[in-house]
Amino acid sequence: MSVLASVRDLAVAYRRDGPLALQGIDLDIMPGERLAIIGESGSGKSTLALAIAGLLPAGAVQEGRIGWPGLARAPLGGRDIGFVFQDPAGSLDPVMPVGRQVAEVARAHLGLSWRQAQERARELLARVRLPEPDAIRHAFPHQLSGGQKQRVAIAAAIAARPKLLIADEATSALDTIVQAEIVALIRQLVAEDGMTLLFISHDIALASELADRIAVFRAGRIVEIGATAAIVTRPAQAYTRALLDAHIGLDAAPLFSSERPHA
Amino acid sequence: MSRLARFLSVPEAASGTLILALLAAMALLAPVLFPGDPMRIAGPALLPPFQDWSLPLGTDRLGRDVLAELFHGARTSLAVGLAAAAASLAIGALVGTLAGFAGGLADEALMRVTDAFQTVPGFLLALAFVSIVGPSLGVVVAAIALSAWTGPARVARAEVLSIRERDYVAAARVVGMHPVEIALREVLPNALPPVLALSSVIVAGAILTEAALSFLGLGDPNRVTWGGMIAEGRTVLRSAPFLSVVPGIALVLTVLGIYLAGEGAVESSAVRKGLS
Amino acid sequence: MTRALVLLRRRLVGSVFVLAIVVVGTFLLLESAPGDAVDAYIAATGGDAGLVEALRQRWGLDQSELTRLANYLWALAHLDLGQSVAFSRPIRDVILERLPNTLLLMGSATALSFGLGSALGIYAGSRPGSFRDRFLSIGSLALYAVPGFWLGLVLTVLFSVKWRWFPIAGIETVASGRTGFARAADIAWHLALPVASLGVIYLALYLRMMRAGMAEIWRMDFIRAARARGIARRRIVLAHVARNALLPLVTMLGLQSAQMLGGSVVIESVFSVPGLGRLAQEAVAQRDTPLLLGIILISAVLVIVINLLVDIAYAALDPRVGASEAGA
Repeated sequence: MSVLASVRDLAVAYRRDGPLALQGIDLDIMPGERLAIIGESGSGKSTLALAIAGLLPAGAVQEGRIGWPGLARAPLGGRDIGFVFQDPAGSLDPVMPVGRQVAEVARAHLGLSWRQAQERARELLARVRLPEPDAIRHAFPHQLSGGQKQRVAIAAAIAARPKLLIADEATSALDTIVQAEIVALIRQLVAEDGMTLLFISHDIALASELADRIAVFRAGRIVEIGATAAIVTRPAQAYTRALLDAHIGLDAAPLFSSERPHA
Repeated sequence: MSRLARFLSVPEAASGTLILALLAAMALLAPVLFPGDPMRIAGPALLPPFQDWSLPLGTDRLGRDVLAELFHGARTSLAVGLAAAAASLAIGALVGTLAGFAGGLADEALMRVTDAFQTVPGFLLALAFVSIVGPSLGVVVAAIALSAWTGPARVARAEVLSIRERDYVAAARVVGMHPVEIALREVLPNALPPVLALSSVIVAGAILTEAALSFLGLGDPNRVTWGGMIAEGRTVLRSAPFLSVVPGIALVLTVLGIYLAGEGAVESSAVRKGLS
Repeated sequence: MTRALVLLRRRLVGSVFVLAIVVVGTFLLLESAPGDAVDAYIAATGGDAGLVEALRQRWGLDQSELTRLANYLWALAHLDLGQSVAFSRPIRDVILERLPNTLLLMGSATALSFGLGSALGIYAGSRPGSFRDRFLSIGSLALYAVPGFWLGLVLTVLFSVKWRWFPIAGIETVASGRTGFARAADIAWHLALPVASLGVIYLALYLRMMRAGMAEIWRMDFIRAARARGIARRRIVLAHVARNALLPLVTMLGLQSAQMLGGSVVIESVFSVPGLGRLAQEAVAQRDTPLLLGIILISAVLVIVINLLVDIAYAALDPRVGASEAGA
């Protein structure tokens, strides 16, 4: 009972005879941990997130097992798993007030009346640090900034108190400062509610601030997996090392010498 | 896969094309299979169908051969449909291109005129036009085109607005082409495809409008039309309903064929892009 | 509310221009008719050259075109549409008498086609690709190809002649002396077939639009997000997919109003409903040009008003409309 979810030999292809997006994935997700899935485009990291959440498109083929010993029954989106998508605008209904979109999740899973659900929505909007939650719950998505929309999406994802929060490139479409804020918000919420976090990203530096464990993906397979500190300081695989090296931080040496311009 | 083969592989397109081919055959073969004036007396009045095999669909109130009328009516419907569509598309494409390309006040003025033509119900306008000028095939075509041109005009204008910002237009301008020449030689041909996509809807609408005009007695009196046949049959609706029902079925099948072919065209281009 | 008012003001200004073009255009069109109202009157009633001269003068038909246009515009400003030749009554009165019947016919046909069409479209679109989806798709395409006037005749043959469930013509039982609810029921019974004939083609249209719209919305990201949140399927279908797919249909309501008005001409003819459409046909038959002009004008005004109302409704349904202008 000490594992939340166990993935065994998972393989996924988006079309019956298409190339494998994932193959031979063996992974355990421990309850309460913060696991980051790192990889470049096409590495299969989003596919893993969608497969775990049961959101693969129709026509996709999945083999292997995803077991949930940590849950008493088969997982249900919203109730057991909260999913935050990459595109904040794409995850909200453009013609429904944002408060109602959060409330409907609470109502669907917590058996609340509409009034109670609206109240809970207001609390959640305050929790994700949106200004004037009472006013903003009547706002429509197009009236909010990208960061604000993502906060709403997060509120909707955690509305029914799921055990697992999956953030699929949740910050990749946001500005840098907003990115940092959202990451901090996710860290706080996960700690407060005791949720397990699956954080998908291409940015290994961002992940290393947030995660206990890191799994590195490449071309549909796991290249390396281990504790954050170990991965970041002593990567075992050359690919992981390449990813780390490719990250340019402010303390890195300049690419060109600033002394003399080239003639 | 050739374009035609791809088109016909879509079931809607295949069935639609089949119906239209039959229609075209009817229209073209009418003078061959039923020579002479279809409106002459061919037999006893109100002969029911399937009784006399020289008059397979019977006769109408005046003793005219219903099957001959049906075939000759196909000619009128097809002629009007195609001519009206061609006229509407031509006028609409021209107006839309000029409006989109000219911009500014000319564009505004042309768009208000387009609005005006869209605001007046097309059928009322056609009614007024035909009643003023007098019913004949050409007038009916003009009357239909009078209101049908607005759709293609809007589509053409929208296309042109996006095209005129493109590089090859700027290049033509640099070379010194006269604006009107640019509009007609460079912009218009590239704005055409979405406009042409409207053609099936316009043809179907034209055929139905012509039928309605003929039904009200405003069609060409010298020609057999399905609408006219329905109107004729109305006088004996109780005793011989088939006289009104049969031409209507022909209309339904014709329009259905056009819609199916049109939908098939959309489907097949989607297939090519790998969307379905 | 600000959004709606900003939109309204802009549309009203544009509408005035459009109406002006319609007035001038129709006037010119009808002026080009060979022979005028006097010729028609003489042809019907008979008279000599002296009478022709006198009538021309009395009806102001001997003045120049520009003068007549100016006179007409002046009269319009006073809401005077002129005198009907065929009925020898003010055109405004004749039209106002017939207008309610057409409005009733059109309104009912629109309500039926929009309501039932969208409902069936939602039913089909809730499961794209299913049997009911394909069945309704093909069925609606067949219905869309049916000419309204022919359908009217077919329905008459079946329901009025053969089975006698509905009356053949008219808008109410003549001189029945019914009032209130009984009268309303009688009118409804008479209008059943005309409304069906007029509405069927639009029912097919809205069905197809809703179906296609829903198929497109199903593929959108925010629907996947709603499923990820575990929202019940029924709620997703109605509150999210259908609600978003509704918007283009509302726009279509406005666009189709002109066409439906035209369609009512033939339907009213078939069923002898004393409405505006039938009046137009009578005006044509009797060569009553001023009356025809008046009908075209009123129709244009009607279409403009309907479109304005539809625009307001659309703005209420789509919060994104006019957001940038009203400073949201």
